[in-house]
Amino acid sequence: MVRRTKPAFQDFLEANRATVYRFLSVAVGPQEADDAFQETFLAALRAYPRVREPDKLDRWILAIASRKAIDHHRRSGRGPVPTDAPPDRPVHDPAPSDHDDPLWAAVRSLPPRQRVAVVHRHVLDRSYEEVAELMGASEQAARANVYQGMKRLRELMT
Amino acid sequence: MKPNDLKRLAPAREAADASQAAAARLADRATAEGLVDVALATMDSPIGELLVAVTPMGLVAIAFDDDYRERVVARLAREVSPRVMEAAAPTDEARHELEEYFRGQRHRFDLTLDRRLMGPFAEKVLRATSRVGFGELATYGDIAARIDRPHAARAVGRALGSNPIPIVVPCHRIVGADGSLTGYAGGTSRKETLLRLEGSVL
Repeated sequence: MVRRTKPAFQDFLEANRATVYRFLSVAVGPQEADDAFQETFLAALRAYPRVREPDKLDRWILAIASRKAIDHHRRSGRGPVPTDAPPDRPVHDPAPSDHDDPLWAAVRSLPPRQRVAVVHRHVLDRSYEEVAELMGASEQAARANVYQGMKRLRELMT
Repeated sequence: MKPNDLKRLAPAREAADASQAAAARLADRATAEGLVDVALATMDSPIGELLVAVTPMGLVAIAFDDDYRERVVARLAREVSPRVMEAAAPTDEARHELEEYFRGQRHRFDLTLDRRLMGPFAEKVLRATSRVGFGELATYGDIAARIDRPHAARAVGRALGSNPIPIVVPCHRIVGADGSLTGYAGGTSRKETLLRLEGSVL
């Protein structure tokens, strides 16, 4: 059934906070997730009275979170890393407690759009169609980002 | 490496817990930035947990801890603003006065009220009701007469039943012509508890 009325922001927050936090934990790193979470939901709160499609709020908030994650990496001065050369400078979101996990190091080396696409697809299990919508990209571009991202992760983890 | 390995980087359970603390911090920031149009908080009371809702204009709603509460939150979102958030600070004054009332230390409330959830007729009825003081009782007929609608006792009853700000707008002080404690949206046992606290019934 299509939902016609918008829920109270509190109910919307309760329904989506865990998924958004999980997405951001991997998409920007555990140390930065809280800041990105605040920015995501404050942006949503500002725009909330004007939202017109109450049945798509779960996608709407993840689309905002995706933009915040990508902006976050751009602001931190990390452009895409060339795929044929591992980064030779320190990663910008070091997580001391996860220092020993090589998978974190590999994830951090991904270009922002690949990292976001991979998290949507393989942490949140979204379809390629949805990944494309959440990132404002074509389905083809979403598939390419996930493919390249996973390829790189496999290379770094072997 | 398998795609599922990525899930262990952020276990769902940990994310859910961390997001709860993050949501509480969000309420503080949203309040500071003036983005909360309706602030919600709960408090304990002798008549069960109460939900208190405050807007920048004043106290807009009080709800009892049952299904009624969900209806009130949905109604606030629809009729006041969808920017409804759990945020304690804006509700401090209202909760403080209510606590004093329940301790028997306050006989009248000094809170500013936001009457947006009252229709025009209900607002008249409820303003007349607010003039019935602590420890006093009035009948539905009395209120009807005071708003110059002496034959409208039934409509007065319905308006009182729709009171969005019970306790502070004291609809519990309005009783049947025979003195019976009939009809209270929160249930007659709550009405009785409030009137006993005020010394109006034994």
